[in-house]
Amino acid sequence: MVLPEWLAEPGLNHFLVVGAVLFSLGLLAVISRRNIIMVLMGIELILNSANLNFVAFSRYGSLSLDGHMIALFVIIIAAAEAAVALAIALNIYNRFGSVDVEQISELKD
Amino acid sequence: MDLFAVAFYVFAILIIGCAAIMVFSKNIVHSAFALMFTLGGLAVFYALLYAGFVAVTQLLVYVGGILVLILFGVMLTTRGYFEKVHTRTVNLLPATIFTGIIGILLIFVYLSTDWTLIPLEDGEVTLTGLGELLLTDFMLPFQVAGVLLLLAIIGAVLMAARTRPPQQASRSAENSGTPSQKE
Repeated sequence: MVLPEWLAEPGLNHFLVVGAVLFSLGLLAVISRRNIIMVLMGIELILNSANLNFVAFSRYGSLSLDGHMIALFVIIIAAAEAAVALAIALNIYNRFGSVDVEQISELKD
Repeated sequence: MDLFAVAFYVFAILIIGCAAIMVFSKNIVHSAFALMFTLGGLAVFYALLYAGFVAVTQLLVYVGGILVLILFGVMLTTRGYFEKVHTRTVNLLPATIFTGIIGILLIFVYLSTDWTLIPLEDGEVTLTGLGELLLTDFMLPFQVAGVLLLLAIIGAVLMAARTRPPQQASRSAENSGTPSQKE
């Protein structure tokens, strides 16, 4: 069995397609799930798909080492975002008794 | 079909399959563990793309840190034990159609664009080069990222530490008659 050339040698486009599918799945998690932690996990997936694109462009495209640095900074920002967002989720749970994003509809009692 | 292609396809299937499990699973703990496999597969992808340091950082920060944080969040925001962990999904059909259209559009744009390809050589990515870049071109973002992490840690600790369960807070306020210390 002889595979066609575009299938046998993964290149830039293959990694970009994986990144696009990951982005779509993350977006689906953000807009269809109603648990605030699931929304956070969808955001992590979107950030990772962007990271994959940066690293793929630095390997095949003209981004050289800058892509790696940007990917590292994205990871740093994601860590800070996750810590703050989970603290907010904990506060919301303590105040409303639920983490369903549709029940969180008032600002201050 | 060489080893690179085999590794690419195996881990691409792992990444996309586990991401799909994460999105569609009813149980949020299953979702968190599927997310762990997705992030681990992405670390392998970074290693395949000559980005070894990014791969190690991904494993340390995401799989070791953020995922544990998410699991703690799951445990702390569920009432009682783990029977009621499953969550609601709304608008699944329109959301799937919408994101499917966006994904197909992205893939079409990627495949129809004529990218300028300047592939890296194998020995071109070194830790020394990354470190020099961090202390020359990326000096300001590096320092700002440090300050941002400090602010995020202080903010998260302050926000998470002053809370207590609502029943307990209201009961103590009723019993003692003193103003609640929530604010």
